[in-house]
Amino acid sequence: MAALASAQKIKAKFGDLLSEPTEFRDEISLTLADAGQIFEVCSYAKHQAGFDYLVDITSIDNYGEDPRWTVVYHLRSLKNNEELRISTRVSEEKSELPSVLGVWRTVNWHEREIYDMMGIRFTNHPDLRRILMWEGYPYFPLRKDFPLAGKPTDLPGVAFTSPAPLEGGPFVTAPGPDAISREPRVRTPEN
Amino acid sequence: MQTKSEFGYDSKIEGDVVVTTVDAALNWFRANSVWPMPMGLACCAIELMAVGASRFDISRFGSEVMRFSPRQADCMIVAGTVTYKMAAVLKRVYDQMPEPKWVIAMGACASTGGMYRSYAVLQGVDNIVPVDIYVSGCPPRPEAVLDALIKLQKKISTQPVISKMNIVNQLTAPANS
Amino acid sequence: MARVQDIEIPDSAARTALAVEELQDQEGDRMVLNMGPSHPATHGVLRILLELDGEVITKADPDVGYLHRGDEKIAENMTYTQFIPYTDRLDYLAPLANNVAYALAVEKLMGIHDKLPPRCQYIRVMCAELARISAHLLGLGAFAMDTGAVTVFLLTFTEREKIYNLAEAASGGRLTTSYTRIGGLARDIPPNWCDMCRQFLKEFAVALAEANTLLTRNRIWVDRLRDLGIVSKEMAIDFGFSGPNLRGSGVNYDLRKNQPYLCYKDLDFDIPVGSVGDCYDRYLVRMEEMAQSMRIIAQCLDKIPGGDENKSHEPVSIVDGKITLPPKSKVLSSMEELIHQFMLVTEGVNAPKGEVYFGHENPKGELGFYINSRGGGTPYRLKIRSPSFINLSIVPALFPGHMVSDVPVILGSLDFVMGESDR
Repeated sequence: MAALASAQKIKAKFGDLLSEPTEFRDEISLTLADAGQIFEVCSYAKHQAGFDYLVDITSIDNYGEDPRWTVVYHLRSLKNNEELRISTRVSEEKSELPSVLGVWRTVNWHEREIYDMMGIRFTNHPDLRRILMWEGYPYFPLRKDFPLAGKPTDLPGVAFTSPAPLEGGPFVTAPGPDAISREPRVRTPEN
Repeated sequence: MQTKSEFGYDSKIEGDVVVTTVDAALNWFRANSVWPMPMGLACCAIELMAVGASRFDISRFGSEVMRFSPRQADCMIVAGTVTYKMAAVLKRVYDQMPEPKWVIAMGACASTGGMYRSYAVLQGVDNIVPVDIYVSGCPPRPEAVLDALIKLQKKISTQPVISKMNIVNQLTAPANS
Repeated sequence: MARVQDIEIPDSAARTALAVEELQDQEGDRMVLNMGPSHPATHGVLRILLELDGEVITKADPDVGYLHRGDEKIAENMTYTQFIPYTDRLDYLAPLANNVAYALAVEKLMGIHDKLPPRCQYIRVMCAELARISAHLLGLGAFAMDTGAVTVFLLTFTEREKIYNLAEAASGGRLTTSYTRIGGLARDIPPNWCDMCRQFLKEFAVALAEANTLLTRNRIWVDRLRDLGIVSKEMAIDFGFSGPNLRGSGVNYDLRKNQPYLCYKDLDFDIPVGSVGDCYDRYLVRMEEMAQSMRIIAQCLDKIPGGDENKSHEPVSIVDGKITLPPKSKVLSSMEELIHQFMLVTEGVNAPKGEVYFGHENPKGELGFYINSRGGGTPYRLKIRSPSFINLSIVPALFPGHMVSDVPVILGSLDFVMGESDR
């Protein structure tokens, strides 16, 4: 695949910082060992490898593992019609990585949303404030230890929240070795 | 005091004169020209627009225009999911509507929070404003919204008006007040 | 009865006085205008804080999130099939397209996206294109109504009612269809559906021509739209535009051609691309896309495997008890089908570990689903790449320099929907 060649070109430039390209369902992914270098990697990918379009940035909460956050960048090259995924991990104590706003301008709102939902800060971002919830909301909703029903808050004049009636929590199936362990049970952050 | 919206009218005897109670007349005016304020938030707003379009014309029932300014509207139709962020805004718009005003909670999300039992959704708009008619459906068919409007009209036409108006109370108050 | 919560709203005059003191650039003659969430010309609940110098906008700051319902967190707590109704309500103008996008994303994760039966693929393409016509019609109607041309609104809504009839015949719901399932469709189309569709295409061609006559060469329309909200090619790519907005700026990129899925490879259609990148270009791109969608649907109606009435009983779902529900007649009499039914309903499809991203050409742009799965029936993380959210992020860079009366025009031409933007 053409994307494999571009991925190997980027890997050649950054050496051990990036993992070998892996492939799943025809998609190439790279893992970046040091999140602090993400700006350089993205900048090289855009200017040298032709990935001029950023599709999406996602954040994942690996509750119970360290480093806790994974940030996934989806890059696309419009002229060569290739896609690449770069993921990097950030630990919870740090919860910070450089912003790639200098590379693509679409990153602005993506990073604001990740800050709003997960609490990961982006250094060098000019305007890092909440975008989907309101200023002053104290929690980060997409974290695994935040319940689906929400927690009660009150910001007078702006908004209040109260927990939604879920009768004890969402009853969800979890992966497991046998049917009994896969039965839908109360979802706690551990499962 | 309950009123009935009956008109005693026989054109042969009375000519072009209608004899009725004041309450019935006022309620007749109010019920047949309910101008909605569409608080169109989500998918139900699209069905609300369909109710206003040509196939399920809502202006047949007196709701001639959808007034987006709350000062000029009678009935607020909350169509769509009310999030906590939007709740304060909605209350503010409701407060700006002049009396008499009614609220129709259209759809599952406005009535009870619908299928969104999450941290960001207000579980029913009746937590912040008093609702007169709840319409179920996700989204409710336009015919259901028209049915809700007709039920609201029936409700309006049986409301006591004169006895509730303050100025009449002042005029008929006992002399020592 | 429901608990009543009192909301305290501080006196607005006092609040304004406080805000005025705090606002830094109140020197000179700048005014801050709040185009609030409840507004007829913002398509949905969008709040824009405009800073004005007379009539000219100097700063624009959109405030989104008034329809944030927590879809992504809900997705982590549901099986893949249980999440399908939530996808309807993302871009609620084109729910069939969202269903197709989500089903394809999960099928890519499972690795069965190339094993879909051909009849299923053709029906999905027809549904996606009908959804495209429906969404563009409403976008056009609302856009025209905001600028003052109210007739077009009623015209487009009449055509949309016909599409609602088709959607209702196929899936049971006018607006929220939930028609696709993982591995296929909920059920086959009824026997007279193809004839209804052909009849609709005939009538729609007339209506589209009428809308064209009313707007495209209309002096007022052209004057209001031409040379407004110009998004250059580099700006469009840099800001992550997709769909008709990207093509209106001159970039020839369409996921149906560049990364073909379903049976788009076998169909013959063109991609309209603009040149200037102003509002008029985006309007023309959408009008032409509707005509091209008609072309695609006509081809599908001719080529659909099994024909109108499916006399040869082509399947519309993958026949695999671990992925799609078995036929009800067998469930109540045979043990194996009963077990499959039970497992699929309680535990969902068993997805492999891994992560996948699938982008679908939605009417508003590229709706993408990023699914990170650790096995089992629920996703570990589902991210919805929403085109409206990203298209809106250009507003702070695009608005300054325009006048206040251009705001509804530009917002209408960007054609976003808040359900998708806020999820």
